[in-house]
Amino acid sequence: MPGPRGALGRPKPKVENPGKLFVRIMAYVFRFYRVPCCFVLLFIVLGVLANVQGMLFTKNLIDDYITPYLLTDHPDFTPLAHAIARVAVFYLIGVVSNYTYSRIMVNVTQGVLMNIRNELFERMEKLPIRYFDTHAHGDIMSVYTNDIDTLRQMISQSIPQCINSAFTIVSVFVSMLILSIPMTLITLVMVGFMLVCTRFAAGRSSRYFLEQQKNLGAVNGYIEEMMEGQKVVKVFCHEEESKARFKELNDALYHSADRANTFVNTLGPINAQLGNLSYVVCAIAGGALALNNVGGFTVGALASFLALNRSFNMPINQVSQQFNAIVMALAGADRIFRMMDEEAETDNGYVTLVHVKEVGGKLVENETRTGRWAWKHTHQADGSVEYKELRGDVVFDGVDFGYNPDKIVLHDVKLYAEPGQKIAFVGSTGAGKTTITNLINRFYDIQDGKIRYDGININKIKKADLRRSLGIVLQDTHLFTGTIMENIRFGNLNATDGEVIAAAKLANADGFIRRLPAGYDTMLTGDGANLSQGQRQLLAIARAAVADPPVLILDEATSSIDTRTERIVQEGMDHLMAGRTTFVIAHRLSTVKNSDCIMVLEQGRIIERGTHDQLIEEKGKYYQLYTGNAIGG
Amino acid sequence: MVKRILQEVKEYRAASIATPIWMIVEVLMEMVIPYLMASIIDEGVEKSDMGHIFQVGGVMIVVALIGLLGGLMGARYGAKASTGLARNLRESMFAKIQTFSFANIDKFSTAGLVTRLTTDVTNIQNAYQMVLRMMMRAPASMICALAMAFIINGRIASIYLIAVILLAIVLYFIISNATAYFKQAFPKYDALNASVQENVSAIRVVKAYVREEEETDKFKQASGNIYKIFVKAEKNVIANMPVMQFTVYTCIILISWIGAKMIVGSQLTTGELMSLLTYCMNILMNLMMLSMVFVMISMSTASMERVCQVLNEESDLKNPEHPIREVADGSIVFQDVAFSYHQKYGGEPVLKDINLDIKSGETIGILGGTGSAKTSLVNLISRLYDVSEGRILVGGHDVRDYDMEVLRNQVAVVLQKNVLFSGSIYENLRWGNKDATDEECREVCRMACADEFINRFPDGYNTRIEQGGNNVSGGQKQRLCIARALLKKPKILILDDSTSAVDTATDAKIRKAFREEIPGTTKLIIAQRISSIQDADRILVLDDGKINGFGTHEELLADNEIYREVYESQTGGSGDFDEKEAD
Repeated sequence: MPGPRGALGRPKPKVENPGKLFVRIMAYVFRFYRVPCCFVLLFIVLGVLANVQGMLFTKNLIDDYITPYLLTDHPDFTPLAHAIARVAVFYLIGVVSNYTYSRIMVNVTQGVLMNIRNELFERMEKLPIRYFDTHAHGDIMSVYTNDIDTLRQMISQSIPQCINSAFTIVSVFVSMLILSIPMTLITLVMVGFMLVCTRFAAGRSSRYFLEQQKNLGAVNGYIEEMMEGQKVVKVFCHEEESKARFKELNDALYHSADRANTFVNTLGPINAQLGNLSYVVCAIAGGALALNNVGGFTVGALASFLALNRSFNMPINQVSQQFNAIVMALAGADRIFRMMDEEAETDNGYVTLVHVKEVGGKLVENETRTGRWAWKHTHQADGSVEYKELRGDVVFDGVDFGYNPDKIVLHDVKLYAEPGQKIAFVGSTGAGKTTITNLINRFYDIQDGKIRYDGININKIKKADLRRSLGIVLQDTHLFTGTIMENIRFGNLNATDGEVIAAAKLANADGFIRRLPAGYDTMLTGDGANLSQGQRQLLAIARAAVADPPVLILDEATSSIDTRTERIVQEGMDHLMAGRTTFVIAHRLSTVKNSDCIMVLEQGRIIERGTHDQLIEEKGKYYQLYTGNAIGG
Repeated sequence: MVKRILQEVKEYRAASIATPIWMIVEVLMEMVIPYLMASIIDEGVEKSDMGHIFQVGGVMIVVALIGLLGGLMGARYGAKASTGLARNLRESMFAKIQTFSFANIDKFSTAGLVTRLTTDVTNIQNAYQMVLRMMMRAPASMICALAMAFIINGRIASIYLIAVILLAIVLYFIISNATAYFKQAFPKYDALNASVQENVSAIRVVKAYVREEEETDKFKQASGNIYKIFVKAEKNVIANMPVMQFTVYTCIILISWIGAKMIVGSQLTTGELMSLLTYCMNILMNLMMLSMVFVMISMSTASMERVCQVLNEESDLKNPEHPIREVADGSIVFQDVAFSYHQKYGGEPVLKDINLDIKSGETIGILGGTGSAKTSLVNLISRLYDVSEGRILVGGHDVRDYDMEVLRNQVAVVLQKNVLFSGSIYENLRWGNKDATDEECREVCRMACADEFINRFPDGYNTRIEQGGNNVSGGQKQRLCIARALLKKPKILILDDSTSAVDTATDAKIRKAFREEIPGTTKLIIAQRISSIQDADRILVLDDGKINGFGTHEELLADNEIYREVYESQTGGSGDFDEKEAD
């Protein structure tokens, strides 16, 4: 594949500026779900208030009802019944609001995820090819799976949990203050202690979690490599060695996973027992206060306070449990936003491609397909419109290019192709053949020089229109999940079934397609894994044929297919090339021989050009290649 | 299935047993605390006995500390047992895969195996940890709380019992409903990710045909479906919470009403009422926990199934009981061989009626169209697959009588789809023979014409090869793979289209080296290029799994139609244009 492969290493889970990221996530959530989010907040608050009312009820039950009842001989239970009815209403409000907010959150969470996925995909489709060259595909995939998944956890669980906890903490704190200030202070001290412990355990565990992720990456990479080469392992009886290496990596993973999990697991019990401790301390202190009746502290108040104490510890515990989830989610969100923030392919082109017909010797724009195309050139200076018929005239003038501006791989490339001509590129691997073809359709932008298409600088042509006018058959055939019909129609979505079949016939693909059990409706999966290499190529040719472009770029496959299939593919290609300007990266002698002009490339420069006969005459590099006397093997 | 997974616990059995025990310690301590609390209020506060408060408070602190110990140990052992199980699962699966025959490997995709070894194992690890820590703890805690409640007051405790049963039934329905939706959702989710993958790897096609918007629309539709089905599933799950809260609150209200009356009637104390309320929360929380455990288990069943598929897969090639450990020579005989990849399922044979007699030291060229079973034929020789009918003799013995390692060391195959591994060139070469000296490595590279480009690398033979050999060209890779096979010093060398990316001149040089330096080795060469095989001793022409012709170049040109056709097409102007390799 052309282009440099850059950072293959897996991204390290490291988050810079977590606060900013968090705000950005929240902003994202609010952007799509402002009203539902407000309702969620409202219901969380309602739920918390109702719950606190419920908790305070215990105090009233003992102080206002049970204790007085104990003092009378014939207690009247009606007030108690009223009180219970009141609290039942509170409870009901609590239950309903809790349910309502979590029900809304389901839609919000899934909806936000859907929007993130869609936006991510939409942006990804707009990214320049360069992005895909420099990012490992596994890493891109992991953004869609792992990172979105951590975000789901955070939005659906961590955030509501934290909001809920925060409100609970505040309202419980206020209630505690009302009941008894000294007791509240005691509770606060205990909470402080809890936080210190949490911080320690969470800090340790997130360190080990990061280590675990690193080791997991190593194990993952090793498995991928070995599974890919499993047959080679068998042929060389290399099983024991590969097991030994795996054991090393696996053990390292085990150790870090063990530690990470241990620390996370300890958070729960530590906080729970510290909570119990806090409970005991409060009971003793509260008991002492109640006995001595300090500040009007009653037994009922103590009972309520202890209930509040529990309610105070619980949300703190819950928040601390979310700590790791939040750290991982922020790391994931970082990668998601980074991909979203990638700069999309720029397109300042304004020349568009339109259907035309000729009326009185002049080109006139037409709504429907006429079989003739023209470039619609709206001059920016005066707004006048000029139509120029699409002919397929391509000129390179002193083009320099490098995937990386510091390292130029093409030097001063000059070439011209007249409409209908066939230009062949030959040269060794890495000479820059594929690179040149990638410049015509602006997969990459050139550093210097000019490329003109029908006399127009290709920078002025809208990318989509430019590409629509160019058909491409790549060396590696890519097929999509769907029927064969759909795969061919990829070239032209408006093609009728008849046109698709005609294209398949032109490409010599019709024969094998008809022999498939479901014919054109055969489902392809996994990049067309159920087809042979030759068949996949035929489909790619048919796809280009149905697009019916004036200019073609062909990258002949180097992979060895048998001679018969090769001839069929060759014929298909020949049909396709007839009457079109064609740039072909040639690997077959017949293709090269039949070209109008052959460009011999070496190290990014065109070193020879001419027809087959001329070049043979020159006895240069081409002659060496042709006669098989290439120097240096 | 679960049993098979549990077999892998092995050395972590002690930790697996210790975890629930420590968890129960924690639970017991947790249970005692509300009881002591009641005592503080009833005996201490109400009776103004400060001494009692201190005494019981002290006991409570001790109890809390023991509870802490239980919790910590449970955390420690739970982590150890579950991550240990994950480690053993990965190791066993990896070891199992190493025993797979080619037929077994064909059955699983690479991506499938990777997911099984990573994501699926992680799912099982999480579920196992949950089971160890919660499966015992939650019911134990629930039963203890119930028991304590009954000790305090049977009448009130029976309210809990009814609530628990009702709640359990409701939760069961909610969860089984949600699981059904999740089961529908996951395959759709996989399909969505597959479409992302497709678009990433085929981005050039998408862009070349300006299909960005259409693809985005297609994606949005799929992603919208995912949204709908996940909302349905989650809707069920969140119903858990209000149902539980409703039950808890109903219980609290009932207890408050009945309790108040009982206190007035002197059948209950205030402290006891408070304890009962605490137990109430406890019981229902644990029920909730339990329901979560079940959701996790049901979600991990799919993973368990997939892991078991690997663990239970039996290699269909076995060493014989008394294997032959010596390969006499490089002769190969095929006797009435037929072969089918899916013979168990009555699949069509890809090879039929193969009879061949190849003498030791001969060079045999093999030619045939795609699907003519050339690769299948040579794979049978080193017993990468077993024949369906007939037999194959190597060095005079049936290949099934040899020790497989011995056989494969003597029959070296350079696979069509070959792979280099990350590591130096030396390391890669030594796959052929790990004790080979540097000198020997260089020697085989010279034979395979790999020395010329290796010597041009700045680091020479210590140059690092990237994963999959991505930093060397196709032709360089093929030559390194040939050198690696030569290092085995095999009696039979099979090249399966292994010089397709090497230019003809170098190809000829390699064949010359074979002829002159390893004349005693039987060589089988599969090629599309006629020049690669025309100087072989004999050439085998395969067509549709049958022998179409077998003879010298001249003989075949005279009487074999397929051979003549291929020959003419390649020399008549539509052959390879040799530009692939000029490094």
